[in-house]
Amino acid sequence: MVVGKSVKRVDAFDKVTGRARYTDDLVDKSALIVKICHSTIAHGMVKSIDKSEAEKIAGVVKILTCFDVPDRPFPTAGHPWSTDPHHQDVADRLLLNRHVRYYGDDIAVVIAEDEVTAEQGVRALKVEYEEFSFVLDPQEAMKDGAPLLHEKFKNNILAHTGYEVGNYEEAILEPGLVKIEGWYDTPTVQHCHIENHICYAEEQSGKIVIVSSTQIPHIVRRICGQALGLPWGSVRLIKPYIGGGFGNKQDALYEPLCGYCCQQVGGRLVKLDVSREETFVSNRVRHAIRYHIITFARPDGRFVARRMEAFSNQGAYASHGHGIVAKGASAFKQIYVDDKATKVDAYTIFTNTPASGAMRAYGIPQVSFAIESNVEDAAEILGIDSLKLRQMNMMPVGYKDDFTKNINYFDSLNQCIAKGKAYIDYERKHAEYAKQTGPIRRGVGMAIFWYNTAVWPISLEASSCRMVMNQDGSVQFEIAETEIGQGADTAFAQMVADTVGVPFEKVHVMSTQDTDITPFGTGAYASRQTYVAGFAIHQIGTQLKNKVLNYASYLTGKPADVLDLVDGIVIDKSTKEPLMPIDELATTALYSLDQAEQFSAEGTTQIKSNAYSFGCGFVEVEVDIPMCKVTLLKMINVHDCGRLINPQLAEAQVHGGMSMAIGYGMGEQLLFDPKTGKPLNNNLLDYKLCTMMDHPDLKAEFVENFEPTSPFGTKALGEPPTCPGAPAIRNAIFNATGVSINQTPMTPHVLFARFKEDGLL
Amino acid sequence: MEKKLVRCNINGKDVETYLDVRSSLTDMLRNDYRLTSVKKGCEVGECGACNVIIDGECYNSCIYLAVWAEGKHIRTLESLLGPNGELSDIQQAFVDEAAVQCGFCTPGFIMTAVKILESGKEYTREELRKQLSGHLCRCTGYENILNAVEKTMKKRLGKA
Repeated sequence: MVVGKSVKRVDAFDKVTGRARYTDDLVDKSALIVKICHSTIAHGMVKSIDKSEAEKIAGVVKILTCFDVPDRPFPTAGHPWSTDPHHQDVADRLLLNRHVRYYGDDIAVVIAEDEVTAEQGVRALKVEYEEFSFVLDPQEAMKDGAPLLHEKFKNNILAHTGYEVGNYEEAILEPGLVKIEGWYDTPTVQHCHIENHICYAEEQSGKIVIVSSTQIPHIVRRICGQALGLPWGSVRLIKPYIGGGFGNKQDALYEPLCGYCCQQVGGRLVKLDVSREETFVSNRVRHAIRYHIITFARPDGRFVARRMEAFSNQGAYASHGHGIVAKGASAFKQIYVDDKATKVDAYTIFTNTPASGAMRAYGIPQVSFAIESNVEDAAEILGIDSLKLRQMNMMPVGYKDDFTKNINYFDSLNQCIAKGKAYIDYERKHAEYAKQTGPIRRGVGMAIFWYNTAVWPISLEASSCRMVMNQDGSVQFEIAETEIGQGADTAFAQMVADTVGVPFEKVHVMSTQDTDITPFGTGAYASRQTYVAGFAIHQIGTQLKNKVLNYASYLTGKPADVLDLVDGIVIDKSTKEPLMPIDELATTALYSLDQAEQFSAEGTTQIKSNAYSFGCGFVEVEVDIPMCKVTLLKMINVHDCGRLINPQLAEAQVHGGMSMAIGYGMGEQLLFDPKTGKPLNNNLLDYKLCTMMDHPDLKAEFVENFEPTSPFGTKALGEPPTCPGAPAIRNAIFNATGVSINQTPMTPHVLFARFKEDGLL
Repeated sequence: MEKKLVRCNINGKDVETYLDVRSSLTDMLRNDYRLTSVKKGCEVGECGACNVIIDGECYNSCIYLAVWAEGKHIRTLESLLGPNGELSDIQQAFVDEAAVQCGFCTPGFIMTAVKILESGKEYTREELRKQLSGHLCRCTGYENILNAVEKTMKKRLGKA
C-alpha cells in the first residue's frame, strides 16, 4: 500500500529539469500580443477613447475599447454553477468597462504583432474621463451619500447576513459578567504566485481554444461561454502546469477577454500575459475585513455570549463576494461555543479598490486573527491562562453543526495543542516571559483554528474521473481536480494505486486538464480535492479492479470473488497464491481473439458530506522595543487533517501556509493613495513578501485521526496552514510586551504607534 | 527595430543569433533557444525566477540585456542533466527533500544553489538563507529548499 507513504512527487523530475511546461512555454511565437489599458482614476465614466495615434503605430492590429464590448454581464467567481438563479454568483462584469470602479480597471486593449508595440499602443490611447468621488473604506462606503459603485446595491452593500444563537440581549444581562471588546483590522494582500496569470486563445475546429494558468478549467469554460455568448461546449479550456494559484486563479481572470480578443481578430492566436504590477491590482486580492467583537464571560472564564460585526471590503466587483466573510461568521460560533448566545452581523461592501476574491483559507485567516486576539485579551482581563481559557470554551467533542452536519468526532484541538506546546515549551515560557523588562524581550503565543473541507452543502460537491488500463497493466488516470503545486497529482496516484491494486509507478496521472477530454469536475479550491477526489477514485478504481478480476476469472476459471489484485498481481485470496501479473493479463485481454477488452471505468461521484479540519500554531518571538522590530525564533503548526496521504508533501504544504501567515502577520499589505485611490506598492520590491531571511525553521506536526466520512480517512489541509500564524505572532508580541496589536501586518510602523501609546517608548 | 548579432556560449555550446537590441537575456534564452526553464515572474529583477549563471555569477536574466551576453558563457538549468538523463545531486536533493511544489521558482533556485555548491565553501544555515534570499517562493515556505541546498553542500564537502 502506498497511501500514507512519502513517495516522491510524480511531477518532481520534470520540474527540476525544466521539462514541466507552463502556459508561456507552450504558446507559439506567432501569437499576437494583447495589452490592457487600465484606468488611471479610481471612479468615473470613460467619456471617450481616442485611438487615432495608437492606430498609426506599425504592428498594431486591433484596438478594442469599452465602447465595443457586448453588454452581457457575467460573473467571475470560481464556484460551481447553480441552476437556481437565486444561488448564482453576481454577474457584474463586462469584458471592458465604461464605468470604471477602481484605479486599474480594464477599459481597452491593444492587440499587436509584438509586446513592445502593444505597450506603445496602450500608451498612445487618449482617454477622457468624467470623474466621480470614490471611497476606499468599507464602513465609509456604507454611509448614506457615499459614492455608489453598482446601482443595484444600495449603500454599496453587496450582502448582509447574520444569525443569532440564543438570545444575546437577554444573555448579557446575567450579573457579574466581564466584557471584553475590541476592533480588529486585517489588510488587503495578494496571492503572489510566482507565475502571473497568463492565457492564450485561438479558434480551432469552430471552437475557441483557451490555454490558461487557472485552478478551475471546467468552471472557466462555463464563464467564458457566458461572457462570450457561446454554448459552453464551444469553449475548450486547457490547463497545463501552473506556477501557483492560491485562490487568485479560482476566478475567471482574463480568459473571457482573451477569448473575445481572439474572436475580434478572426480567430487568430492571441496571448494575454499580465505583468506583476497588473497582477497585484487587476486580478484579485484577499478581502480586508474589519471586525468588532464583544465577549461577555463569567469570572471563571466561561463565555456566556459573544457578538461579532464584520465589515468585508469587496473592492470594485463581486467576484466571490459574501462567501468569504460568511465563512468566518460560521467559524465564530463553532471554534468557540458560547454558553447562552452568539450574535453575528456580516457585511460585504463594495469600495473603489481591486476586486477581492478567493484566497487560501477563504476568510479564516481574517476571522482567526480577530477571534484569537479577542480571546487572548479576554484571558488577560479575566486573569486566566489563555490556553486554559481556550480549552474551556472551544468546540467540544461531539459537537454537531446543524447546517453542514459536521461532527467533531475526536479531541483534535487538545491533541494538536499538546504537541504544539511541547515543541515550544509554551507554558513555562509564557509564564516566564510575562515578567520581563528591558528593551529586548521574548514572547510565546498561540492560536487555534477551525476549517471546513470542501463546499457541501453550500454548493455542489462532485468529481468525475476516468481510468484506462494499458497493455502493460499501467493505468491512465484523468480527473478535473487540478495540480497547482500542492501535490494533488501525487496524492491521486497513491490513491489510485491502492484502490486498483497496481504499483504506484504504474499509475500515470494526466496532469493537463482539457475540457474536451477530461471528465467534469470543478477544480482546486476549498481544500476539497484530496477529500472529494478520494470518493471518486475509490468508486471508479473499484469498478476498474472488478473488471480486471472478472477477466481473470474468465482466464483462470476461478470465481471473481475469490480473486484480488494486489500490487499488480492477481492472487487467490484464500491461498494468497499469485496467479498472474497484471501486465500479462492486460495484454491478453487487449489482444484476445476470443474476448478482447480494454479495461476502463469512468463516472461521477457526488458527495453530500463535509469534514472538520482543526489545528493550531505556536510561535516564539523576540521583540526589539526601541527598534519596533519582531524576530521570529520558532514556529510550529499542528494539524489534524485526518490520515496523511503523503506525510512529506503534507509537511511541505504546511510550511508554505506558515510562510504565507508570516507575511500576513508581519509584512504584507497592499497600500492605496488616499487622495487618488492609486495603488502604491504593487510590485515585489515594495510589497513585502517573505524571503528566506524572514523565517525561522518551520516545524509541521500532525495528529492523524482517521476521518470517518472519507474512504482514505483524509480531510482539508491545503488552506488551513495559513490560519493560525498571524494571531499566534500577535499573541507572542502581547506576551513579550503586554501590548495588544489589533491589526495586521504588525510592521514597525504599527508597533511604534502602539508602543508609544502604551508608554513603552 | 535595430538588430544585432549576439555570439555566446550557452550550456557548453557556441551559438549566435540576430536579436532585437531591446531583448532581455530572458527573452533570448526562452524565445530564441527555447530554454524555458528560465521563468518570468516579474521581469524587473525582484523574484529570481529567471536566474542564470553568466561567467560564474548569478544574474536575473530579465534585467540583463541580451546584447551584453556577447562572448559570455551562460548556464541554465537545462545544462545540469547528465549525458544519460541522470539528475545532478542538487536536482535530486530538490526531489528528495520535497523542495518542489508548483515548480515555477525551482529553476532559478537551483542555479543559485549550483553557484553556492561550486564555490566549495561551507556556509552556515543562516548564511545560506542570505545567499538564497534573492529568490521568492510562495509555495514551500523555503524550508525544504534550504534543507536541499544544505544537505547537498554537506555531502559535497564530505560532511554528511
